[in-house]
Amino acid sequence: MKKHEVPQDNEGLREGKALDLYYAVDENGNYVTVPSCGWAPKNAALLQAWEVIHEKVEEARQQVLQGRISPIAYYMEKNIMDVKLLASYIGLPRWKVRRHLKPSGFAKLDEKVLRRYADIFRIPVDALRNFREKPGKE
Amino acid sequence: MNPKDIQIQFDHRQAAHCENGVTANLLRFHNIQLSEAMVFGIGSGLFFAYMPFLKLNHLPVISFRPWPGMIFNRTNRRLGIRIQRCKFKDPGEAMEALDKNLEKGIPTGCLVGIYHLTYFPKAYRFHFNGHNIVVMGRENGEYLISDPIMEGVEKLSYHDLMRVRFAKGTYPPKGRMYCITGIPSSYDLKKAIVLGIRQTCQDMLRIPVPLFGVGGIRYLGRRMRKWPRTLGPKKACLYLGQTVRMLEEIGTGGAGFRFIYAAFLREAAKELSQPWLNDLSKEMTEDGDRWREFAVIAGRIFKDRAGVDESYGVAADILVDIAGREEHIFGKLSQITLD
Repeated sequence: MKKHEVPQDNEGLREGKALDLYYAVDENGNYVTVPSCGWAPKNAALLQAWEVIHEKVEEARQQVLQGRISPIAYYMEKNIMDVKLLASYIGLPRWKVRRHLKPSGFAKLDEKVLRRYADIFRIPVDALRNFREKPGKE
Repeated sequence: MNPKDIQIQFDHRQAAHCENGVTANLLRFHNIQLSEAMVFGIGSGLFFAYMPFLKLNHLPVISFRPWPGMIFNRTNRRLGIRIQRCKFKDPGEAMEALDKNLEKGIPTGCLVGIYHLTYFPKAYRFHFNGHNIVVMGRENGEYLISDPIMEGVEKLSYHDLMRVRFAKGTYPPKGRMYCITGIPSSYDLKKAIVLGIRQTCQDMLRIPVPLFGVGGIRYLGRRMRKWPRTLGPKKACLYLGQTVRMLEEIGTGGAGFRFIYAAFLREAAKELSQPWLNDLSKEMTEDGDRWREFAVIAGRIFKDRAGVDESYGVAADILVDIAGREEHIFGKLSQITLD
């Protein structure tokens, strides 16, 4: 890759932070580092990954509203977690976490465990108790 | 309880890859001036692995780097530098040990997860636990962070730092931290370079399982050709996206580290006075450009999702070509001697 070929496809994914250094060849054949603000194929791959996540999150949101899963299940998707990862964060066996993903198991949760979940998701406990998430990417 | 400020004269420099950057920055603190590319080469940072039976977020593991910590370990071992590494069970204890190091004026490397790294752009925050940073001081109760990916010095609160050091998931960092404890009076850079190159040749050519190195690239190519049929169009697209993300993920310097390695070979040619390495550096650059062609074609496939069947074949052909090129490059490189 030549110095002038270093891609600069900014699609606003990095919040104005220059994160990439490319190694490219200059006019004399020497390697130099050139900052880059993005590259189209790479951005597309990243957006594709997020698209899948957003789809799952929205689906989970609908299911919470229909009373089929608990808010914990929604925030698990939102934090790109699966049961295994969530269980290791909360320090409970997976079968217990799975129970909390159902509305019935969720209803029996005490304040202490609820607070631990809220802490992991970085949300107030109230957001778990009164589920009010709106659709959207944020 | 506001702990007192600690300032360490630490020269933060941005790098392409986190672990190279951390290693080079820590070495510079101890007056050993090595470029990022040099550290990458000596630490044998180039690698390839395709493990379809291991899944991360339902996608196969494709890696262009060895385990986190390898580059730091190998570079220091090959230069005869003494290091200390530890991991912890208890988060509080891990933070205490870090504080003790800082009070002694030792900048300390930490392995962290990026998902909770507050200063990282949102779009890049996945559960990935192989990121390296240097904690270089404390100010107003916050920790000063030299993250080689970032331009300037960043800050993390006590709790945020503890959280990223104890991220969970695949390869949890468990508070791992490391620092340099002893510098030898002299070191043999030439020997270290040769050892680094030999190890990379070994990794790329001679691991007797066809999932790694050149064999792994070829295997990925063979499988990729069949993806639209075996996985269906949607999943095939996701697999391809995963490949590109791993290839061009932040911190590869372009083309899955191939360009950094080419830069290293150029420096090695000069250091060892072996000009033939310059030719291989050029070949490596061309090889990197092929990887980029691959990414462009892959990008087109998962953007348009149309007429894709033959495109997968084209992408796979490039991979097979790349495997051939790298087999040739590392085959030649493996003949390297000190003089």
